[in-house]
Amino acid sequence: MPTDSLQSPSRSSTSQNGAVNAPTLKGSEIFVRALEEEGVDRVFGHPGGAVIKIYDAMERIQPSYDHVLVRHEQGGTHAAEGYAKATGRVGTVLVTSGPGATNTVTGIADAYLDSVPIVVFTGQVPTHLIGNDSFQETDTTGVTRSITKHNFLVRDVNELASTVKQAYHIARTGRPGPVVVDLPKDVQMDEAPFVYPEEPGLDGYTVPGAAAPKQVDRAAKMIEDADKPLLYVGGGTINADAPEALTALARKANIPVTTTLHGLGAFPETDDLALGWLGMHGFYHTNMAVQNADLIMAVGARFDDRVTGDVDEWAPNAKILHVDIDPSCISKNVYADCALIGDAQDVLRQLLPKVEPKDTDDWLAQIDAWRADCPPYEYETPDDADQIAPESVVEALYDKTQGEAVMVSDVGQHQMWVCQYYKFGKTRSHVSSGGLGTMGFGLPAAMGAAFGMREGRDLDVVCVSGDGGFVMNAQELSVAAAHGLPLKIAVLNNNYLGMVRQWQSLFHEDRFSHTDLKPTNPDFVTLAEAHHCVGLRATSPDEVGDVIDQAWDVDDRPVVMEFQVPKEEMVFPMVPAGAASDDMLTEMFDKEAIAKEG
Amino acid sequence: MSEETLTRQQIRRKRKFGEPLLPEEEDGTEQEHRHIIAVTLENTIGALNRVTNLFSARGFNLESVAVGETDEPSVARLTLVTVGNDRIVAQITRQLDNLVNTYDVTDLTDAEHVERELCLLKVQYSSETRPEILDIKDIFRGRVVNVTPETMVLEVTGPNKKINAFIGMMEAHGIEEVARSGQVAMHRNLEYEPPNPLASTDAAPSANGAASDA
Ligand SMILES: Cc1ncc(C[n+]2csc(CCOP(=O)(O)OP(=O)(O)O)c2C)c(N)n1
Ligand SMILES: [Mg+2]
Repeated sequence: MPTDSLQSPSRSSTSQNGAVNAPTLKGSEIFVRALEEEGVDRVFGHPGGAVIKIYDAMERIQPSYDHVLVRHEQGGTHAAEGYAKATGRVGTVLVTSGPGATNTVTGIADAYLDSVPIVVFTGQVPTHLIGNDSFQETDTTGVTRSITKHNFLVRDVNELASTVKQAYHIARTGRPGPVVVDLPKDVQMDEAPFVYPEEPGLDGYTVPGAAAPKQVDRAAKMIEDADKPLLYVGGGTINADAPEALTALARKANIPVTTTLHGLGAFPETDDLALGWLGMHGFYHTNMAVQNADLIMAVGARFDDRVTGDVDEWAPNAKILHVDIDPSCISKNVYADCALIGDAQDVLRQLLPKVEPKDTDDWLAQIDAWRADCPPYEYETPDDADQIAPESVVEALYDKTQGEAVMVSDVGQHQMWVCQYYKFGKTRSHVSSGGLGTMGFGLPAAMGAAFGMREGRDLDVVCVSGDGGFVMNAQELSVAAAHGLPLKIAVLNNNYLGMVRQWQSLFHEDRFSHTDLKPTNPDFVTLAEAHHCVGLRATSPDEVGDVIDQAWDVDDRPVVMEFQVPKEEMVFPMVPAGAASDDMLTEMFDKEAIAKEG
Repeated sequence: MSEETLTRQQIRRKRKFGEPLLPEEEDGTEQEHRHIIAVTLENTIGALNRVTNLFSARGFNLESVAVGETDEPSVARLTLVTVGNDRIVAQITRQLDNLVNTYDVTDLTDAEHVERELCLLKVQYSSETRPEILDIKDIFRGRVVNVTPETMVLEVTGPNKKINAFIGMMEAHGIEEVARSGQVAMHRNLEYEPPNPLASTDAAPSANGAASDA
């Protein structure tokens, strides 16, 4: 039974910040209470020896947050990412030392590259055993140093509460990112008065807010002077909850908008000013717009090489105006002629009154002409009657959801098709692993997003995965089933590591080295059923709609829909890695031509 | 948009493709320079680790590092010497600034500053070479800190170039060991500046200050 001093504030009279009558608690209890004070509503975790005290404290305290027992710690970190991306809140993970901690590493690296706010708590061997190669000891702060925004090893129970406070503050503010807190077992057992600080008290850490006014004036002038302006919008816009301000700016000054993979959802794709996706698999008219623009205004985007290809040939005529909260992003890959360092929403709101309506009709007409020259790639329906065009599945999912869903994808060809064929119109409606490109991300991230929907937004959560990536974290189906999450999971089964096959086909003369999965690919329907989920399969185009309708009729557990798709289908258009964006544009549907470039 | 002025990206592109640059386009941003950067940070191994780790993780050059406590025991001061073009060095300072446990990052290179390094050098000597070695030591204002019948240890301080020259002079005599501390550096105030009573206390946040030279 919970004792008085252990109760959460809603249920007890313990004063919150009066150190005078602060209750003396064990480290494990302080941890649980600190999470409550922080307003955490869900923890994705997996127990083990080095966190067993914390799990015991949770059992005794019955905290205000829920704990989700994941089946693999990697799944836990991706779930926390999916939760964070779909809700804008910080995701929380709790795992044991050694293997528990190392299993989180991929998710932490993923969150680091994609600026996702998560806090990962790892158990650690007692402080007196650190460095002895003790049982289940890993130098977790050492291992995660270069893939975290910051990390902590808590050596003293008196620092535990303030470290939790700091960890959430760092993860959430500025350019968000993962934070690791390593908790030695003796610190969990020691006692200290529990006071949750109101301020994080981090001297060396500042968060940019608004941009310098002089820079804002310069930026407004650059926009005024430009004839061919283009907005290039990344995930930072969504992190800053700036899509509204961005849309207002684009519409006021008639500036066309192109989005990165993480920018999808920041600007309604049904808008006349929306150009869609740019970069390696971007559209012809979008890449042409980049190559001909005289001003590129990047908002929360980082000029990734999948976007720019050869930077020296990218956007040769454009001045660069860069809005970003992270000063180290400025001029990292491409020189910025003007930088506005600050929160994207604040900066856009500063800029908005200073920007006058512009006439960009000629420029928009030019872009339309390019679109007419080379319309977006039209996929073909496979000759084989029992094969389905993968792109048509994504279109059918859009028809079903009308964009009123959180769309989560794994990594591979299917991911690109989601970006190309699903019309994103809502912020935080697209969740994908972009920077790290982590296969196995999709299912657990969708699960995390679905938990997030319980705490606020009410949207369907759809996951599109490949047959290769799906099995990398398929164990999490059990977790989604245990919590009755109505996930809709589409597996586009081409019986291949399709994206690698595509590169082998284009650049390695059809030598399909170790990419064929067919001989022993699982039966996805029985795989789903074995995990207490519903399994459905469509093997011909006319079954697609039915299967999707059936899936949407289930509302008490996950549904896995397997779609048989041809292995030969490729993602087009394509600008080969490292090539200049305008090199390939006219020939980009031509396999021979692409192969020559690669 | 005016046609005459090229963007920095265009200048970079021209240089890469070997196209001739006009004199006013030679902004020197791609030229590599030696930079000396002072960092104050939390006085913990973890903080130091994060700084050095940044250099290997991001592939930056690191010529020397010197670190020690300041008058405030919880704060350490680190002096880094690195080589790179303006863009890389701007990256380095911003990445350092981004670290949670660094307080202040200053590139001293273009400012008036003093820099010093300490060098201990063990050199062989004989009765013939001894006078010359001691002469050189005097020219470099060094000191003898240890003598055995065959070797002596000399101590010299000075800017990096002076130390290099000193080591060069000793080479002919048979150097046994060299230990250098790495550079430390500090701003040099040129004249006394009286405190300005009108200076505003709410200075612009440093991150935005950085924006103006981006
Ligand atoms: C963990 C991991 N391993 C390997 C890769 C390299 N990789 C990228 S896409 C891909 C193939 C994905 O196959 P599948 O999940 O079936 O999706 P498809 O491309 O067929 O749609 C591979 C192996 C990766 N991104 N992540
Ligand atoms: Mg596949």
